[in-house]
Amino acid sequence: MSKPIVATTSLAGCFGCHMSLLDIDDRILELVELVDFNKSPIDDIKEFTQMCDIGLIEGGCCNSENIHVLKDFRKNCKILVSLGECAIMGGLPAMRNNIPIKECLEEAYLNGPSTKDANPEGILPNDEELPIILDKVYPCHEIVKIDYYLPGCPPTADLIWNALVALVTGDEMKLPYEVIKFD
Amino acid sequence: MSSQVQSIVDKFGNDATRLMDIFIDISKDKGHVGEEDIAEIADQLNISRVDVEQTLSFYHFFSKEPRGKYNIYLNNSVVAEFMGREEVADAVEKATGTQFGSVSEDGLFGLYDTSCIGMNDQEPAAIINGVVFPKITTYRVRELIKSFRAGKTVTEMVNSFGGGQNQSALIKSMVTNNLNRRGAVIFSDHTAGDSFIKLGSMKPKEVIEEVKNSNIRGRGGAGFPTGLKWEFCTRAGNKERYLLCNADEGEPGTFKDRVILTEIPHLLFEGMVIAGYAIGAKEGILYLRLEYEYLQNHLETILDDFRKKGWLGKNVAGIDGFNYDIRIQFGAGAYVCGEETALIESCEGKRGEPRNRPPFPVSVGYLDKPTVVNNVETLCSVVKIIQNGGEWYKSMGTKETSGTKLLSISGDVRYPGVFEIEWGMTIREMLEMAGAIDPKAVQVGGPSGRLIGENEFDRTICYEDLPTGGAMIIIGQNRSILDVIKNFTEFFIEESCGSCAPCRYLTVILRNRLQKIIDGKGVAKDLEYLAHWGKQMKMANRCGLGQTAANPILSGLENFIQDFEAKIEKGKDFDTKFDLDKAIQESSRAVGRFPQA
Repeated sequence: MSKPIVATTSLAGCFGCHMSLLDIDDRILELVELVDFNKSPIDDIKEFTQMCDIGLIEGGCCNSENIHVLKDFRKNCKILVSLGECAIMGGLPAMRNNIPIKECLEEAYLNGPSTKDANPEGILPNDEELPIILDKVYPCHEIVKIDYYLPGCPPTADLIWNALVALVTGDEMKLPYEVIKFD
Repeated sequence: MSSQVQSIVDKFGNDATRLMDIFIDISKDKGHVGEEDIAEIADQLNISRVDVEQTLSFYHFFSKEPRGKYNIYLNNSVVAEFMGREEVADAVEKATGTQFGSVSEDGLFGLYDTSCIGMNDQEPAAIINGVVFPKITTYRVRELIKSFRAGKTVTEMVNSFGGGQNQSALIKSMVTNNLNRRGAVIFSDHTAGDSFIKLGSMKPKEVIEEVKNSNIRGRGGAGFPTGLKWEFCTRAGNKERYLLCNADEGEPGTFKDRVILTEIPHLLFEGMVIAGYAIGAKEGILYLRLEYEYLQNHLETILDDFRKKGWLGKNVAGIDGFNYDIRIQFGAGAYVCGEETALIESCEGKRGEPRNRPPFPVSVGYLDKPTVVNNVETLCSVVKIIQNGGEWYKSMGTKETSGTKLLSISGDVRYPGVFEIEWGMTIREMLEMAGAIDPKAVQVGGPSGRLIGENEFDRTICYEDLPTGGAMIIIGQNRSILDVIKNFTEFFIEESCGSCAPCRYLTVILRNRLQKIIDGKGVAKDLEYLAHWGKQMKMANRCGLGQTAANPILSGLENFIQDFEAKIEKGKDFDTKFDLDKAIQESSRAVGRFPQA
């Protein structure tokens, strides 16, 4: 039987969840025995080349590209997992949700201490190659159906490992308090 | 230092537990409690500014920012909506040139949405500078705003008096009683002080026994046996005990206490004396919602009269060594303060956030002393129980629910108002009694209660079957059940104290999901979602408000599933209906990009 195929992506995230995935240490050797990777920053495959079994999504959606990628994942993965606080709730990026976009952009490109003298023409980035930002940062499940949620900022390596193993083997997931406690 | 604030704080004995009174008086003086006032209060009470501010910011009727010269608090209960609230609100906004939630530029008008103000039988109603204006029409709005602009005061605009005591010199209110049915207990004939003759010959223990024998249960809704509550309190070691009467009546659709407080407050105070005697209380406190401030002079006068007659003060009612007085404590617009531990917190000058229980108030209550909190109606009933005996009381009602109940009936009925019935009446009989017009549903017990349909109209009103605190909102066939549920859910969003996360967030998420369905964008999964997460509210929140906040949605799904299903898209299991074009509009505008056709 061929190995289950995993895809991963980081949308509006900090790659911390991916770092945590790498934090499984030597179990990474077991992991490559257990699954194959498709589209993922880990193997640098840019586009889906086949249907995948599991998609791990880090980060919420802050721009139009995130939406396209997320929808692409939904189309190409049988199971989608929101990985970490940002994917589940929007996380830190969502702190902008209560501030009007114009104000955010002006602070970032016109008035911020590092830009106010560097952008004399007062340009707000607007190349059509650039994704355009959304009115607010959305958690993934407000865009597409998400099957599972792994909480944490980032989720611990053990939590990710346990979840992956459970999904692949079909065994019940181990959820000891230590892997989901945050206090 | 402003001597004004200082003298107000002095007036309340530099006592931080009287913070509510201090705010109320300062607000009366200058319309708001500003930054400097907060600093001064904190300084004088020797507490931190944050402690002052957190209480201030909790209550709807207090403000740190100046409000208008005329502040219009327009009720947004579902029955107000039935009666044309939207039209009235539009007219108010047009006439004042300002939006709800803000103060007009000239500082003349402040407009505020407000949860049910206890006038559901005469909607749409508003409170303007403390005066209740019931039955407002668009015509009346224009007349009022024009007159206010011309400098008229609110009292000058009182153009009628409701019946009964509403027209007495001490009240002079436009509010009508709508007491549609007097029963054998609360509204039966009574001469003030009659029960004291008997009380003098009874020991406190005997009073409790009589009340226990009557089987009366608390009338606020939860139905705890009153006699037992009193007994628990007397068993607590501490001899300094308190009796609190809950007249917060914030459940949308209930207004029975308003009529009691207007017509027979002496009965209530008599009950408070009896309860105080039974539990050995040092003081009784009537916690009254600020919406009923217009009754203050009336109530204070009756309390004075009690003192003159020797029914309050030293050796009350001729009972040696029974020293007891009653004071009125006002709230300031917070539904959650109807929850007994939140009420106690509020009485202590704090945010009205419910406490963890246990310990229960009977052992650790007001000022951490043993405290009994009883509903207005319960205390009124106790007077008649003492006078006529528990056996007499038990002869009314059903096996497990003795006595009578006041129902506040409103909505699509010909005769909205207060009805005193014997427990055991069916919903169908009740609908007939009040002249319901083509009823589709009844919200039993207000938003925290249960939304029932035709299939449950034969159930009986009693603790064995369909318990209620008395609010009955009748919803006619022409109403949208989903809109009603949304109104109730928004009420809970507004009134959550914010202490428990599910109550603070999930209510909003559930409302948004409901809105999606109302907008015709719902799918089958959304219904599952509402049911699944609605259920979590029961176990995930500390107090009754949070635990019941999803009840309208849950009982709606149970009894009116067809109304939900009619709205959702068929053949589609899941769809978030995320609209990318809409989501990028704002930033497209901000950067000047208009490519999306």
